[in-house]
Formats: sequence, structure tokens, C-alpha cells
Amino acid sequence: MSSQRLRLFTFAAPSRFYSLSGSLLPWLWAAAALLAAIGLYLGFFVAPTDAQQGESYRIIFIHVPAAWMSMVIYLAMAAWAAIGWVFNARMASMLARALAPSGMVFTLIALATGSFWGKPAWGTWWVWDARLTSELILLFLYVGYIALVEAIDDVRRADHAGALLAIVGAVNVPVIYFSVRWWNTLHQGATITMSAAPKMQSTMLIAMLLLTFAFWAYAFAVVFVRARAIVLEREQDAEWVRGLASAARRAA
Amino acid sequence: MNWGSASEFFAMGGYGLYVWGSYGITAALIGAELWLAQRRRQRALREALAAASAGAQP
Repeated sequence: MSSQRLRLFTFAAPSRFYSLSGSLLPWLWAAAALLAAIGLYLGFFVAPTDAQQGESYRIIFIHVPAAWMSMVIYLAMAAWAAIGWVFNARMASMLARALAPSGMVFTLIALATGSFWGKPAWGTWWVWDARLTSELILLFLYVGYIALVEAIDDVRRADHAGALLAIVGAVNVPVIYFSVRWWNTLHQGATITMSAAPKMQSTMLIAMLLLTFAFWAYAFAVVFVRARAIVLEREQDAEWVRGLASAARRAA
Repeated sequence: MNWGSASEFFAMGGYGLYVWGSYGITAALIGAELWLAQRRRQRALREALAAASAGAQP
């Protein structure tokens, strides 16, 4: 009985995900656009000039949120990959694959904006310090994960191999986060921590948090779009996809 | 209001290259990601449609 329920659950999941994510998408796009617009307005027109860094600090409004996203998405990817592997849950594995390119994009944004900030602040585009190097390793982990799962034709085997890589690579995330404490680095310490009051003026902080929420909404939306594509690719022969296709034909 | 004029806004106190470079790269990467993701979903939908109609009329 329980195995039957499990089968029912796993078979129902992709179709349920497809319809649920489809109805959430317009709200997510709207939230991302609205939060980004308000955040950027506050960041550029209300937040004052920084006493030490002048206007160059305004990069923080995208740099810090992007760096947070790069780590959070990696952990989410590793968690979904692990769930997909352990419970043989197809939707979880598909979500892990859908998360990887977005994580890679946020890692690229964090590295590029960091470089644009480092040049005026430190006088160099790049240094091999702990924070920057571990973030670069995160980029390689994303690239490696995507290359690995795309290189294996058998979908389930690819999911399992990718899960192994994602889980082992997860050890890098705390290294990135604590790197500024564990080693002497050029990179400044954490601006926001759980234990202390933020070392930032409040408009700056609000602008940065709004951009963070905008990135969250955007990430959910674009990952949903990609996951819906993956669902359609993999479930092409399923009854509900055929129903979807014939409904689309009737509408056209 | 921080800026007296539009040119002051674009100059970013001499840091224009760095600030606008950062925002430009971010916009370009997000735009490219969005375009690729939407294209992938549209292609998947098209292929599912084709597969379904091929199954209906063998």
C-alpha cells in the first residue's frame, strides 16, 4: 500500500509542479521587477554617498545579494540532488538541474561586480585571496556539475553522478562564507551577520535587502521556467503532457 | 536627491566605469539567462506538441 502511494506521489509530482509553477510565474516576475525598481531607486537616489568609498560602493546593491544567491542556490541544488538520489524522486533531480545555471549566473555576477569594485577599492581587478578563490571554485563546481550531467546520456545515472558531485562540493560553501574570518584576506568582513547589528546606514541596508528579495523572486521564476522545460523534455510521453499538447492545439 | 544633473549621475563621482560596468554585466547576464531559459521552454513545448500529434496520427 505504501509503495503504491509512493508511486502515485512520484508520478503525480511533475504534473502538479508544472501547473503550480505556471500559476506562480506572473507573480514572481512582477515581484522581481517591483522590488528591483524600488531597491535601485533607493540605492541610487536616496542612499547617500559613502564617506570612504565615494560612489563606487553602490556596486554593493548587486554584489552582496548576488554572492548570497550563489551560495544559497548551491545548497538548494545539492539538497534537491540528494533528495532525488536518496528517494528516487524525479522532480527533485529535475529541480537540481534547473538550479545549476542560475547559480552559475549569480556566481559570475558576484565575481564580475567584485572585480569592478576591487579595482577602485584595492587597485586590482583580482587577487588570489581566500574569499575570491573559493568563490571561483564555486563557479567551477557549477560548470563541472552542468558538464557532468549533460555528458551522461542515461538521465537517472546523470542525476546520480551530478548529485554526488553537488554533495561533495557543498563543503566549499561554508569555506566561502567563513573565509574572511579564517584567513587574512583583502576582502572585507561580513557586512550583515546574525549576531551583530549591521555595519551599514539604514537606507543602504534597505536598498540591498530589496535587491536581495528581487534576486530571490527572479531566481524562483527563472528556475521554474527551466524546470518546466526539463519536465516537458522528460515527460514527453506522459498522458498529462499529451493532454497539455492537445489543449494547446485546440487553443491555437 | 544625490545628483544635480544627468551627467553627474552617469559620472558616479568618477566611478562611472566601475558602477555602470557592474550593472551592465549584471543586466547582460540576467538577460542572456532569461532568453535561454524561455527559448528552452518554448522548444520543449513545441517538441511535446509534435510528439503528441505524431502519436495521435501514426
